Amino acid sequence: MVQDDIKSNVLTTTLESAINWGRKNSLWPMPFGTACCGIEFMAVLAARTDLARFGAEAIRFSPRQSDLLIVAGRISIKMMPVLIRIYEQIPEPKWVMSMGACASTGGVFDTYSVIQGIDQFIPVDVYVPGCPPRPEGVVEGFIKLQDLVGKEKLADYAPAPAK
Amino acid sequence: MTRVTELPLETDKMVLNFGPQHPSTHGTLRIIMELDGETVTKATPEIGYLHSGFEKLGEDLDFNQYITITDRMNYLSPLCNNVAYALAAEKLIGIEVSKRTEYIRVLMCELSRIADHLLNVGMLAVDLGALTAFLYGFKLREDIYDLFEIATGTRLTTSYTLVGGLMRDIPDGYDKAVLKVLDEVDKVANDIETLLNKNRIWQDRTKKIGIISKEDAISYGISGPMARATGIEWDIRVNEPYSSYEDFEFDVAIALNGDVFDRYLVRMEEIRQSIKICRQSLEKMPSGDVIVDPGLGYSLPPKDEVYNSIEGLIYHFEVTMPNRGMTPPVGEAYVPTESPNGELGFYIVSDGNRTPYRVRTRPPSLMNYSIFSKLIEGHMLSDAPAIIGSINVIAGELDR
Amino acid sequence: MTEFAGEQILHVRGPDILTLLTKLKADGFNFLADLTAIDNLTLGGYERFAVSYHLLCHQTGERLTVKAYIPEEKPSLPSVESLWKTADWQEREVFDLYGIKFEGHPNLIRIMNPDDFEGYPLRKDYPRLGRKERSDFPVVDRGIQKKKS
Repeated sequence: MVQDDIKSNVLTTTLESAINWGRKNSLWPMPFGTACCGIEFMAVLAARTDLARFGAEAIRFSPRQSDLLIVAGRISIKMMPVLIRIYEQIPEPKWVMSMGACASTGGVFDTYSVIQGIDQFIPVDVYVPGCPPRPEGVVEGFIKLQDLVGKEKLADYAPAPAK
Repeated sequence: MTRVTELPLETDKMVLNFGPQHPSTHGTLRIIMELDGETVTKATPEIGYLHSGFEKLGEDLDFNQYITITDRMNYLSPLCNNVAYALAAEKLIGIEVSKRTEYIRVLMCELSRIADHLLNVGMLAVDLGALTAFLYGFKLREDIYDLFEIATGTRLTTSYTLVGGLMRDIPDGYDKAVLKVLDEVDKVANDIETLLNKNRIWQDRTKKIGIISKEDAISYGISGPMARATGIEWDIRVNEPYSSYEDFEFDVAIALNGDVFDRYLVRMEEIRQSIKICRQSLEKMPSGDVIVDPGLGYSLPPKDEVYNSIEGLIYHFEVTMPNRGMTPPVGEAYVPTESPNGELGFYIVSDGNRTPYRVRTRPPSLMNYSIFSKLIEGHMLSDAPAIIGSINVIAGELDR
Repeated sequence: MTEFAGEQILHVRGPDILTLLTKLKADGFNFLADLTAIDNLTLGGYERFAVSYHLLCHQTGERLTVKAYIPEEKPSLPSVESLWKTADWQEREVFDLYGIKFEGHPNLIRIMNPDDFEGYPLRKDYPRLGRKERSDFPVVDRGIQKKKS
């Protein structure tokens, strides 16, 4: 009967959860690796800990083709305008993961030339501490980000009211 | 029939920004290139995108605290930086370390050299399209990271040496683990060479590209595998041995052409020589103490003494309180060592306080990279990643 | 000429450095390993700034350090870029971090800090935490209604 077919082949859900499910399981990261955390990020993508099994299959180096910006490494004052420009070039929806102590708070380098935390200027979603963080730590940060994405509402992306 | 006369096309030079964020510039380099079609006529590199003020930090941190900062310079082989700084500080203060410390330092330096060369060859291969060499190298690098973790506690930023010794001794059974990994390294190096050496595409893209002559190499201050690939016979481990390198027997790899292919061959041969040195150091490892007497006021005493005896506690406070601590003599010292990139040296000036007055790193990547604008002229745009990959620029060391 | 820890150090006055290094290069010291500067503000010494050159001879393996002293009012030295091409970037770095000018250098501009940086960071009277350069960037506005979770 048609009723039985519908029960086993049709799934009903809300539009929001369907869209969030699609977004969170296919986050395409763009690595912005500058220093030691960049090497550790390469180890995350290599064979032992593999980020591709979480859906981050396509590592794009172009901001127009990705939706997750992973800032790995210390950002100096000469590099900050470049980071802001690349952040603005990623189309919505976008998320930012700040990997390592130097990107989150400046790390060991409390000097005239290192930005003490990129979240002063860019909105950051997940912070992964460590110097450098272990690959398992990065994977846990990634899973937390997936949970965050799963709880988003579509109304979040409406344009902000003009001030 | 009309005859079509061909007018020459007017071309203009295009200015291309090989920007600070690019998949094949390893780290944050920027090159402004003027192109005429596909040929590069002029290239101006710009550096400084990772400048973090290491030398300014050195004036505020203790002699022993600065070792944690030295790991973050050449982050592909951090143990070599630690050893170089410790040697310079020990020469300044005038401490002699035990033989066992020197042998363990040699073992760690050579393991880091293997890791660095594997990664460099892997990144060069990835830039030219051969992904397999990168994955083989990285799998082996994970095994070497496991070895570092057993000995020091972390994978990448180890801070293993202290001024006057090591943080702690290597555990028992370490030599069996190292020997197992060394056999793997042999196999993987053979695999990579089988894949790449006689490969027609690899040879076309790397032979006769980026040739450096001997006089240019000396004038531009180039050292390390890049200089040895042009025929200069200078290896600091052989000519000015430090930390008991004179006890080990190994050959120095030299090539004659000075192009990208030769630098790759020199690096692969150095991996094999490092395996030899590691095996010798494990066989001949002497026994003994690893940390110099803590009564001198340089290193922290072991924790069970600190918690259980009053002398240990007093020593601990002597070392860490701001107005006490070590009193090195006034003077300066420069010790050159052979890092995987070239001549790495630390120049420390001290004025008698517990923090050095000036710490300067002699960065091999900066000298090696300065010849780039001369090398790329006349080559095509797609040779640029090959040349940058063979120079082994590490942005942390370049900009400090 | 002084000695410390088994190494020889030559101390000279600033303007004489080019003739001295030309003679040393002709004598056999064919490799310039390092070029750096020290600010002697609290250390004492002949003058405020000392630029040190580390030389190496490939034939004999000998190393030598030469220090050139220059006063604070007129910090400038002749450039050795004509002898060794490696001095090009190293002198730019010393200029960027200390403010010492090198006469005869083809391209003396800042190399490590951004071009609009004011001041010379590695001098002893420059604060380590900088003068607000690291916090004057614009805050990016995404233009959407998302509240931070």
